[in-house]
Amino acid sequence: METLFKKRQERLNIFKKMRNQEIISPKKEIPDHLFTSCPHCHANLVTAQLAKNLYVCPQCGHHFRLSARQRINQIIDEGTFKESDKYAQTENAHEFVGYQEKLKLSYQKSGLLEGVVTGYGKINKQNVCIAVMDASFMMGSMGHVVGDKITRLIETAEKKHFPLIIFCTSGGARMQEGIISLMQMAKTSQALKRFKEAQNLYISVLCDPTTGGVSASFAMLGDIMIAEPKALIGFAGKRVIEKTINEKLPEDFQTAEFLMEHGFLDMIVKRDEMKSVLAKLIKIHGGAHGSTAKITNDQRA
Amino acid sequence: MDLQQRLQMISELEQQAKITTDNQALGLLNAKIKIMKQQAFENLSAWDRVFLARHPNRSKFHDYLPLLFNDFIELHGDRCFGDDASMITGLAYFHDLPITIIAQAKGNDLSSNLKYNFGMNNPWGYRKAIRIAKQAEKFRRPIITFVDTPGAYPGKTAEENGQAMAIADCLATFSNLKVPVICVVLSEGGSGGALALSIADRIVMLENAIYSILSPEGFASILWKDESRYKEAAEAMKLTAYDLKELGIIDHIIKEPKGGVQQDLQSVVNMLDHYISQELNQLIKTRPTVLLNARYEKFRRIGTI
Repeated sequence: METLFKKRQERLNIFKKMRNQEIISPKKEIPDHLFTSCPHCHANLVTAQLAKNLYVCPQCGHHFRLSARQRINQIIDEGTFKESDKYAQTENAHEFVGYQEKLKLSYQKSGLLEGVVTGYGKINKQNVCIAVMDASFMMGSMGHVVGDKITRLIETAEKKHFPLIIFCTSGGARMQEGIISLMQMAKTSQALKRFKEAQNLYISVLCDPTTGGVSASFAMLGDIMIAEPKALIGFAGKRVIEKTINEKLPEDFQTAEFLMEHGFLDMIVKRDEMKSVLAKLIKIHGGAHGSTAKITNDQRA
Repeated sequence: MDLQQRLQMISELEQQAKITTDNQALGLLNAKIKIMKQQAFENLSAWDRVFLARHPNRSKFHDYLPLLFNDFIELHGDRCFGDDASMITGLAYFHDLPITIIAQAKGNDLSSNLKYNFGMNNPWGYRKAIRIAKQAEKFRRPIITFVDTPGAYPGKTAEENGQAMAIADCLATFSNLKVPVICVVLSEGGSGGALALSIADRIVMLENAIYSILSPEGFASILWKDESRYKEAAEAMKLTAYDLKELGIIDHIIKEPKGGVQQDLQSVVNMLDHYISQELNQLIKTRPTVLLNARYEKFRRIGTI
């Protein structure tokens, strides 16, 4: 009888253990339910199919927000991505009340240590340096880690002479880090200026949303400016502007299409074409090491 | 009790002194006022400095211009859209040295403030700054910028004309200018709009000026959803000159007289003049590559991992 109870206890313990375990699974922006409702046309979509469709609503073409990992999987050739500064994270968060907790929540929500993933890999067998921001980490805001990771990536790309692609999704500068965060705008912009002066290619891809300090720095400095359809892109918040000028703004204000119309974008590219467009652009610039420059020099000679 | 309340109290006491007839009471009152006046400007909090920085009587760029420079020639327009009145650019002599001035202007009263858009620049203002900066580079003139803005203008036409891109271009352009750049923060340095003119070899700030990622009110409303906590926000944001010096963002602080720069502008101008000439003398002797590398390093080291 005693052994019977013991066995039963052991079996129960397994469940107890499981119950006490803290489950930290990286939460994706698109919920893991069987069905997902499109926030734009409210259609009920089968999540598995939505994933197959690159998280674009098959009904209305709404582009769901992607996590950094999902984006990299879609763009970079399988198995070629090497992440840099993977473990960089904010260490002085205790200096601002509530910041540490906010960061912890974001770790759990996004499965990332910071709002940007940087590294290098291949697009259709061509080398690139790539940074992908993640809106599920404190709205992709730029603190000093994000700023420094991007700056380091730009400097690496300059050394390697690789083309640079940055997928921007950010609400702007990270308020909790105050002035240090503002200075990241200067830091990333000056690094890009150097990178571009050395005849390297920088492609900036603006995704929903790209606003504030990020839009007023590295996001807008691309040699080629691309945006995803309907992405929100702008400097000041819509509500702030409405309050300032005391006027209702049109529906399409600050969308990718609005920017395209005003001449600030080269193209709007749908998600299923993004990889091939990027590959073509890199190819025509001579891929890594910018061989176009060499050809023109040869031609002159 | 903050500075504003202390000043309020002093003026109330002064009013009271005017109508007091009793000599003994008057003497007591005057003594009290004297002590309060002496103590009013001691131990200023961050919010007190915000109050001083935004004080309507605070000296503006136009007050400094004739005292610091000679023969100012104003240049206008960005050559593609318009002329931003709140971004003043031009040429002048600093002592005997031709220099380029790029300054954000605020007005003294409502009508001039409307003209200067309360110091908030539009994209064509930043593009004007870029144009003038490149011109300065061509003619090898050092640049002195003056920052005084609550932020870039959040307007409809501003967005339509690429406010974000204009600021980004400003940052990139100034980081690569082969001439010395000195930035003077006069009173308010708000957000990207101020940063656009701050990519400089030296950043010097007046003692009661502030420089921040956004206004304390905006900060409190975004982070804590409570605009009334602006005083707390001002403390947390590290926006005073002393905080920024400690963080290594700025290079030098110019002391102000009690009650702010407007009490004795000439003394502040003298100190500013001394600092600028001292630094310019050094900077114009520096080789452009060394200058650019140092400028790069200056911002590169802020918030490294």
